[in-house]
Amino acid sequence: MMIPLIFGITLITFAVVHLAPGGPVEVETEMQIKASAQARENLKKLYGLDKPLHVQYVDWLKRFATLDFGKSFVDGREVIKKIAERIPVTLTINILSLLLILATAIPIGILSATKRYSLFDKLSTIFVFVGFSTPAFWLALLLMILFGVNLGILPISGIQSIDVSEMGRMDRLLDWAKHLVLPVGISAFGGIAGLSRYSRSSMLEVIRQDYIRTARAKGLDESDVILKHAFRNALMPVVTILGLSVPGLIGGGVIFETIFAIPGMGQLFYSSAMSRDYPTIMGILVIGAVLTLIGNLLADISYALVDPRIRRAGR
Amino acid sequence: MNIPSIVFRRFSRNRLSLAALLVVFSIITLALLAGIVSPRDPMAIDVHNVLSPPTWAHPFGTDELGRDVLSRMIWGSRVSLKVGFIAVGLAILLGTIIGSVAGFYGGKTDALLMRFVDIMLAFPTFFLILAVIAILEPSIYTIMAVIGFTGWMDVARLVRAEFLTLRERDFVVAAKAMGAGNLRIMFKHILPNALAPVFVAATFGVAGAILTESGLSFLGLGVQPPNPSWGNILTAGKDNIEVAWWLSLFPGLAILVTVLSYNLVGEGLRDALDPRLWERESSATRDKRKTPKVSTID
Repeated sequence: MMIPLIFGITLITFAVVHLAPGGPVEVETEMQIKASAQARENLKKLYGLDKPLHVQYVDWLKRFATLDFGKSFVDGREVIKKIAERIPVTLTINILSLLLILATAIPIGILSATKRYSLFDKLSTIFVFVGFSTPAFWLALLLMILFGVNLGILPISGIQSIDVSEMGRMDRLLDWAKHLVLPVGISAFGGIAGLSRYSRSSMLEVIRQDYIRTARAKGLDESDVILKHAFRNALMPVVTILGLSVPGLIGGGVIFETIFAIPGMGQLFYSSAMSRDYPTIMGILVIGAVLTLIGNLLADISYALVDPRIRRAGR
Repeated sequence: MNIPSIVFRRFSRNRLSLAALLVVFSIITLALLAGIVSPRDPMAIDVHNVLSPPTWAHPFGTDELGRDVLSRMIWGSRVSLKVGFIAVGLAILLGTIIGSVAGFYGGKTDALLMRFVDIMLAFPTFFLILAVIAILEPSIYTIMAVIGFTGWMDVARLVRAEFLTLRERDFVVAAKAMGAGNLRIMFKHILPNALAPVFVAATFGVAGAILTESGLSFLGLGVQPPNPSWGNILTAGKDNIEVAWWLSLFPGLAILVTVLSYNLVGEGLRDALDPRLWERESSATRDKRKTPKVSTID
């Protein structure tokens, strides 16, 4: 299932990137009006852009099979290396914010489902609507003004201070944490709003079921009923949504990484797109899509882990 | 009672959504009348009044060229609305056609189209949008097209699901028996019955498109200066973050209020169009007692 998907993704990506007018040669020679037609042809040959498109695609696919994304048009370095040095930062931020989402959204959702129409439920409903509608980069700006400019307690850009090499290990960790608080918090913000709503409605659905009534009828503690009997069943739709939210997290990185000047995949992508660096654009799009597919696969697997029915149906 | 007025009655029962609808209409009016209501020329540069904080003359302050932020925001609202409506219109059109074909014909056509939907959903959409816009000339038309082309998948799924249940109904069989062609059955008989969820998705879609546009303009890929848009005023806010909080606060607030209103209208519309809640309604149309409030987004 995943192989044809990846194939389709590479095909579309390739078509979109290469069919668009304005190639790297045009960008490079834009500044030099005198660049002769001959010079342009040479550049094209160098990049392999003189061949027909389908040949270029097959070439690219062959190299992709060996995980070779070619060399960047901009600085001639291996694309895979450029991406590899950016991935850790982006993944760290995404994983931390996913954990933050899980740790806050699910309790909020369950609490507002079990205490439906309470003050807490109403407040969290308002939070959800506002959370869905807030441009995250704007929130980032406001928090930077508040914590960075006015209170001066958090740094507003980068992932480490300039003097980081002179710090002890604990200070270095603290410095790193300070730099990550805002990016992680803000990229989790929208996710918390969405996921807490989903866990609320799936909990409400579960609480109505007969087996919950049975559990109550046999005299179980309410907390046992909720946490043991209802919780696992309510978790299933939540897991699916989480898997589907991976592309959003990866894509959203572009704006955060630009605002906070974090050297991650998003920033690399932005600069490559600006300079028409085809191999790097292709590499990031495909890796992003593969990460998304892995996210979906993990969601499917954990789905089976929480739901014994699916495990049995698979056999 | 005809259907639109029943829907509106049901819709207006939810006060919050009704208020949101009013906000949406006022913003549209403001955008249409920008030339009349905007207090100053949004392009007028005033070098003596650069980065002035909010005053009576400039309620939302001025930007780094001394231009009035309030006037720029009023003109900028046109961009948000244009992008929102046109991009979503395109997404709805594409989604409806693909979803109808997939749901009506089923089988291999359906499988193929749905795989295509899967592929499109697997992309980090924002990356794809960014790639296309960076490669093409950045302009609001590019943005509209790209948001449309990357936003039709949900609509396609909704329409397909409706078609799958509707195509077995008696009225479709009857139409077929009368010799109606496939296209006629699809678009004249089935589609009108499948539109309710599409309207709801469209409202949420406008909210999403406004958010995306503001993000792109913020990155410098949308509306190009000196033309104003909410997103590119925020770029100025970021550049002057240490000194001019008003450049960041107000345009973002405008985006938040607009997007929130569309989302609330979408919520209200969803409840008003939900056929499961309808049947109860029609039997109790003349019942003056207050019906229990239907909870929002469950």
